[in-house]
Amino acid sequence: MKIEINNQSVNMPAGISILDACKSANINIPTLCYLEDLFPSGSCRMCVVEIAGVKNLVTSCSTQITEGMKISTHSNRVIAARKSILELLLSNHPDDCLYCDKNNTCELQKLSAELGVRNRNFSKQLIEKEIDKSSPSLVRDPSKCILCGRCVRVCEERQTVSAISFIKRGSQTKVTTAFDGGLNTSNCINCGQCAMVCPTGAIIEKNNIKDVLAALSDKNKVVVVQHAPAISVTLGELFGFKPGTDVNGQMTAALRKMGFQFVFETSFSADVTIMEEASELVDRIKKGEKLPLMTSCSPGWIKFVEHFYPEFLTNLSSCKSPQQMMGALIKNYWAFKKNINPRNIYSVSIMPCTAKKFEAGREEMVTGGLADIDAVLTTRELAKMIDMFNINLAKLKPENADDPLGEHSSAAKLFGVTGGVAEAALRTAAFLITNDDSKVHEIREYRDLEGIKELTLNINGITLKTVVVSGLSNARIVLDDIKRGLKQYHFIEVMTCPGGCIAGGGQPFGLDKDKIVARMKALYQIDKNEKIRKSHHNKDVVKLYEEFLMHPLSQKSHELLHTKYKLRTGY
Amino acid sequence: MNNGLPLIENYLIGSSLEYFHSCLLPGVTNPTSKDIAEKIETLKNDSVNKPYFFIGAGTCGLGAGALHTEKALLNVLKNFNLDTEIIKVGCIGLCFAEPIMDVFLPGKNRLSFGNVTPDKVESIVQALLNDDQTILSQALFQYRSPHLKVWQEVPFIEDYPFFKKQRRIVLNQCGIINPLSIGQYIAQNGYVALAKTLKKLTPLEVCNIIEKSGLKGRGGGGFLTGKKWKFALSTPSDQKYFICNADEGDPGAFMDRAVVEGDPHKLLEGLIIAAYAIQATKAYIYIRAEYPLAIAHLEQAISDLYEWKILGDNIFDSGFDLDIIIKKGAGAFVCGEETALIHSIEGKRGMPRPRPPFPAVSGLHGKPSVINNVETLANISSILLQGSDWFNSMGNNNSKGTKVFALSGKIKNTGLVEVPMGITMREIIFDIGGGPKNNKLFKAVQIGGPSGGCVTNENLNIEIDYDSLKTIGAMMGSGGLVVMDEDNCMVDVAKFFMDFIQRESCGKCIPCREGTKQMQNILEKITRGRISEKGNDALDRFKGILQLEELSNTIKETSLCGLGQSAPNPILSTLKYFRHEYEAHIFDRRCPSGVCSELINFEILEDKCKGCTLCAKKCPSSAIKGSPKAPHYINNEKCIKCGQCLKVCKFGAIIKN
Repeated sequence: MKIEINNQSVNMPAGISILDACKSANINIPTLCYLEDLFPSGSCRMCVVEIAGVKNLVTSCSTQITEGMKISTHSNRVIAARKSILELLLSNHPDDCLYCDKNNTCELQKLSAELGVRNRNFSKQLIEKEIDKSSPSLVRDPSKCILCGRCVRVCEERQTVSAISFIKRGSQTKVTTAFDGGLNTSNCINCGQCAMVCPTGAIIEKNNIKDVLAALSDKNKVVVVQHAPAISVTLGELFGFKPGTDVNGQMTAALRKMGFQFVFETSFSADVTIMEEASELVDRIKKGEKLPLMTSCSPGWIKFVEHFYPEFLTNLSSCKSPQQMMGALIKNYWAFKKNINPRNIYSVSIMPCTAKKFEAGREEMVTGGLADIDAVLTTRELAKMIDMFNINLAKLKPENADDPLGEHSSAAKLFGVTGGVAEAALRTAAFLITNDDSKVHEIREYRDLEGIKELTLNINGITLKTVVVSGLSNARIVLDDIKRGLKQYHFIEVMTCPGGCIAGGGQPFGLDKDKIVARMKALYQIDKNEKIRKSHHNKDVVKLYEEFLMHPLSQKSHELLHTKYKLRTGY
Repeated sequence: MNNGLPLIENYLIGSSLEYFHSCLLPGVTNPTSKDIAEKIETLKNDSVNKPYFFIGAGTCGLGAGALHTEKALLNVLKNFNLDTEIIKVGCIGLCFAEPIMDVFLPGKNRLSFGNVTPDKVESIVQALLNDDQTILSQALFQYRSPHLKVWQEVPFIEDYPFFKKQRRIVLNQCGIINPLSIGQYIAQNGYVALAKTLKKLTPLEVCNIIEKSGLKGRGGGGFLTGKKWKFALSTPSDQKYFICNADEGDPGAFMDRAVVEGDPHKLLEGLIIAAYAIQATKAYIYIRAEYPLAIAHLEQAISDLYEWKILGDNIFDSGFDLDIIIKKGAGAFVCGEETALIHSIEGKRGMPRPRPPFPAVSGLHGKPSVINNVETLANISSILLQGSDWFNSMGNNNSKGTKVFALSGKIKNTGLVEVPMGITMREIIFDIGGGPKNNKLFKAVQIGGPSGGCVTNENLNIEIDYDSLKTIGAMMGSGGLVVMDEDNCMVDVAKFFMDFIQRESCGKCIPCREGTKQMQNILEKITRGRISEKGNDALDRFKGILQLEELSNTIKETSLCGLGQSAPNPILSTLKYFRHEYEAHIFDRRCPSGVCSELINFEILEDKCKGCTLCAKKCPSSAIKGSPKAPHYINNEKCIKCGQCLKVCKFGAIIKN
């Protein structure tokens, strides 16, 4: 299809939007409400363009190209309209940028610079709205909200949770929960995808830096930290590294510089998770009960099942997530090995996830009266701390994690991406079933960003029907299919966030697909280069079982590493 | 009518005809033609065998006290020991004359009385039943029946000034028939058009007839109805929906309410035909919950239809199935917008979405759906009975048929009128509406509600049709006509509509949400006195008009839905015709009509003031000073513009300017 953009003739496939056509012609059009793959909402009007022969300006996100269409993306009329709209938006926006979490990363701020908004054209009509700090994971400041609706659409369409929506009308409109209650009273699953897409500082993670700093300066505390598999391939982006750069060693060094006495990798406990979960899978298949087994590493998913699919609660693996297993092991295994009173340990985790903050506070996550985890920081908060300590990450010499909870297999590292847990689990399950350890399974069918990936495996005559899911709208499809009897599986891996932890709610803001792919590739590259590629090959894990847990699913591991779920209600 | 049998029988055979008879004459087995003809004759109510009393008990009648009138009537009738019947009817359109009571005596024409408050009931009834002619001077009009006795000196309804220039198709039975009697509707050739459609016409033929008739959407859009139906008909789908938009939200509009209350079967017949035309098997009536009476009437009518098997499976043995569901709206103005309405039915928040895809292709639940408003659908049965040429012959240029308007505001005859397209605004306002109340000067009439514009004196001769109104910055809209006289301040009017739009904006797109807020704010600044000014307000007001124009432009050009795009219209329109009023507010701080209270100044005329001190005593802000027996003066800085002084002065010494 031939169209003309800014007097340049270009050929474009039929059926695409003007916005996409411009994008592929390397012309950027500003947007505030646009979200890839979702039905255009057309609410921000920022992407308006002029089309020859059409009276009004049209939104490029919601208009398809037609043969011979003549488009002006940056005519005077268009720029003036965009500027007016932005000025209107700013008339009802607090401009205390210096105090805003999104300072320098705010899309609104960037746009007003681009469009040259440098004075107030309309009188300030700020309507102050109450901040919602009730959630352990997220903070909502409706005053900063520009009502673009991205969060609402992500929550409703991508995650099918619908914890938030619009209430009231006119300039009183705001995004909030049912009955305008706190987020903690809603069915929010804390995934933080809303924060990822929020163009302003209206939704951000609950910041726990202060707690961690206080612990670091407390002489009586032994502050230990673990970092999740997905962190090392994303943290670099916040310091100017190319997406997908693995900064594992530098990060460990930075953590030590800031005063963390021991640095562990969550990948270690991910290996333990695999030992437990793979054994659980084999056990359930043998007994033929509580199938399909569903993974339990993703706390958003867990809360989703608790709210919406309580009939599947018993299908969830009883394994705690790697974060919680690590927490339990630090205070109940490592502490005794090191002769440290577990009460003096302050256990921090760096997670790609806002739901982990909620998970750490769950009442089930307490062992012997002590919380498994004391504070959870997201990737973004870690970056803020590194900045606060004026550490130049690029100049640090890579360091190794501490023993004995430092070693990990690359299978554990795959926990960071959709399909990774299934791949890691199957590597170990295959060994448990066949006792043959010669082959490393690289399961291509799992290795992309598709939302639902089905695979039937045949191991020694045992047929294993698996499905890997990311994004809860996809989980809903799979669960509904199972309920209707349309599908049967043995094993289901679910990650709450589309793409898995590399695109988790605690990662650098934005859902840029190219970046997510780069992060995914980085994890598979690590797996390729690693010598230890199966969880049961992790020597420290083997040792843990020998000297402490005895064997997977033992009484001890049930005490420390397994958990229970509960029915939840709420809107 | 053939031998007194209802026309509908021409299209029914076998079991459906039998079933029809069993509904018409319950309990009568094998009724003869005579039985049926007699029953129809009775139902038609063209003449009566005992005194009938009809009370206008639409929402307007009820508001005016129709129920008290009814009670009084019952009390009066007790004294007569007569077999009588009281029937509650809908609104005939003379809202200003409510409560209306018609008296229909055997052998005599039906007579209509207006403003029948309970105290008047007795004298009317006494007089008529005792054949006392003096009361006739109080009658509004009489209906014309060929064989009945004419009341002398009472005008016939068609000669009554309010009705003289009207042409009633949609409203022809409103206020006359019993809205809750399906039998009466059928006796008046009801559901003949439906039977004919289902038995003789293909869906495409129906679409063609409607398209040829030139009927355009009466909700405001003005799109050719038949064409819209064709889009949906030609979109293949396993499920289609027809939606009737009865979410009448414009301030000053109550056309749909009157039709639904007064003649629900008219709407339902149109809706069933329309659903057949696009092959929808499910229809929704989206009606605002603030219309409880209309909803009750609809519910009754729909349940009657199911009972008569004119709704449900296999209607009239035609193989066509239809269910109608009433969906109550929560009174959001924006839900009149098609896509927002669809969201609301789906259980989502009523917010518009970008189009395309148009609802006719992907609407409710993603299925092809057509949305028409009440008035559009109420026209359908007449078109199918009398043909597209008949309909097309009414009206002018590109606007055919009639249009119902709700007359309100500062006009003598408030009410509901139905006029042929092409009639002038002057005829509606002055000939039908009787002009402004209290002989005030006419200033303007707002047409099309908050999305429309005003028509001023100079444009009163404009012909009412879709195109002409646009040329003067107004639009047809759904049919609200709010009349304003010399006492109305047009800036204040604009402010009213801006408040409304801002309150009702769905909040989705920025220009509408924030832009109308700014406009509202500017209008507030313009109408503010120094006393409540802050900061740069005094300076800002000078930018007022410029900013309003700039904002209007942005909002018009960039808003998401029709409501947003038309949101600045009340301002643009008043700016166009009453710029001088804006300027007086801005530059002279003066409200020429004396409405914007903060801009009013009270002054004491020295030569008239006797120094009685009454005004100073009554002034709540101690703004009036002066010695007894000497002229007083007002300190305008202190004055709170309450007007007490003006009210109490016995010498006319205080003036407002």
